[in-house]
Amino acid sequence: MTESRAAIRRYTMAERLGHWFAAFVYIYPLLTGLAFYSPHFFWLAVMLGGGPTSRFWHPWVGLLFAASLLWMLGEWGADMRITDADRQWEKAINHYIRNEDDQLPPVGRFNYGQKVFYWVMLFAGTMLLFSGLVLWFPEVLARQAHWLLLLAIFVHVGAALISIGAFIIHVYMGTAMVRGGFTSIVRGEVSPAWAKEHHRLWYDRVTQQAAQTPPKS
Amino acid sequence: MSNSILQIKQISGHSGVAPGANSGAGRQDYTVAKLIDVTTCIGCKACEVACLEWNGYPFRETQFDNTYQTMPDLEWNYYNLIRFNEHTHADNTFQWLMRKDGCMHCADPGCLRACPADGAIVQYTNGIVDFQQDNCIGCQYCVTGCPFDIPRFNPETKKVHKCTLCSDRVGAGLEPACVKACPTGCLHFGSKDDMLDLAEKRVAQIREHTSYKDAGLYDPQGVGGTHVMYVLHDTNNPEAYGGLPKDPRVPWMVKLWKGPLKWLGNFAIVAGIAGTVMHYMRFGPKEVHETQKREGDRP
Repeated sequence: MTESRAAIRRYTMAERLGHWFAAFVYIYPLLTGLAFYSPHFFWLAVMLGGGPTSRFWHPWVGLLFAASLLWMLGEWGADMRITDADRQWEKAINHYIRNEDDQLPPVGRFNYGQKVFYWVMLFAGTMLLFSGLVLWFPEVLARQAHWLLLLAIFVHVGAALISIGAFIIHVYMGTAMVRGGFTSIVRGEVSPAWAKEHHRLWYDRVTQQAAQTPPKS
Repeated sequence: MSNSILQIKQISGHSGVAPGANSGAGRQDYTVAKLIDVTTCIGCKACEVACLEWNGYPFRETQFDNTYQTMPDLEWNYYNLIRFNEHTHADNTFQWLMRKDGCMHCADPGCLRACPADGAIVQYTNGIVDFQQDNCIGCQYCVTGCPFDIPRFNPETKKVHKCTLCSDRVGAGLEPACVKACPTGCLHFGSKDDMLDLAEKRVAQIREHTSYKDAGLYDPQGVGGTHVMYVLHDTNNPEAYGGLPKDPRVPWMVKLWKGPLKWLGNFAIVAGIAGTVMHYMRFGPKEVHETQKREGDRP
């Protein structure tokens, strides 16, 4: 990264802060939730201040995660629509997995996998929010409505597991697999070669824009 | 040791064998049980008062609802409630049914199965199921697991409470407070085998000497039997006694998500992590070679 002058801005400061806020408010309910999910993980609650403390903060931080999802919907919702280019890319996804990126069709700012991750987290987060609200205050439910608690636990656990699966892949790809990805969400910049390699359509768009109008900063 | 009578059998939310379980010390070859003969209950509430006194709770404010029931429902500091029901028989005759409601101390406790907090619910080898409020996290999953709708939440302390079967008294070789207070001999306490014997004799007596030909014992096998049992006038209609379930079972959703689903989930998490590691070892990272960029930028 010697040519920092030529670097392309991939994420604004707001986007990066939003991402890391979302990451934090996802990971806390994840760890405490794992503790409530299985006795094998209960030590996580002990490490995080004990069971009652974890039970108290888990739903509040979960609410913040729901808020961060709402923010991401506003920030990235339009970018995350699945396009024809994505459908072409999806057909060639095996090449992506095998690191045969030269055989992939070009994609925009986000590729199909990133978009699927986004929508999966949005879906799972919505499920977690609604089932979690039921589980937050079971004492207000009438006795006849207790079947709702059983359903809510089931939905909450199911949605959490789906999000964990997506989260594992996201962390792996963002750190170990796609080199440069982690730096981009921390410092906000990628090299032109990186942009060209992974997001050709986006690269073409931003470089054309840059040619037409001088960069803001 | 008087407390040798309270040996831990299993605890909630714990991986592996519970500390102190199966230590061998004070191991018993019997379990305890309370037998409630509803046919001799006169609804005097002595057991309710004794329960409050022993556990140190004040008498709650209540509402008069034109029946002989003291409280609308069980509460976190009211473990023991005589439910009053006016039952209409098929021949249009009335009968007052009194049933002492409280924790049944199931052999297969749904509350313990559902509880995620390590050691918040304890089952002793003598059959008593006890809540340890120190470890309770207030999630109320026990409420979802209980087929008898017994655990009650204290919103102030965020802890759940229920009848302890006076584990503190039983551990010291005494009978539960309610049993001690009962003036009619409706409540009995002893080993489960003795209580089954007693129930059998009482049921035979009722059938022989009264018109309750369907009198019988309530010791529901769907939850592995209980350590609080009833002798009912009509064993075919437990629902008439203020919602006593006919065939109580731990909800299948609790069994499903605490059993196979949990293991499936654990497997999926481990497989997911292993999958990413395998992918990295097989295909490695995606690296972008910066050569293209150099030809444009560098002189």
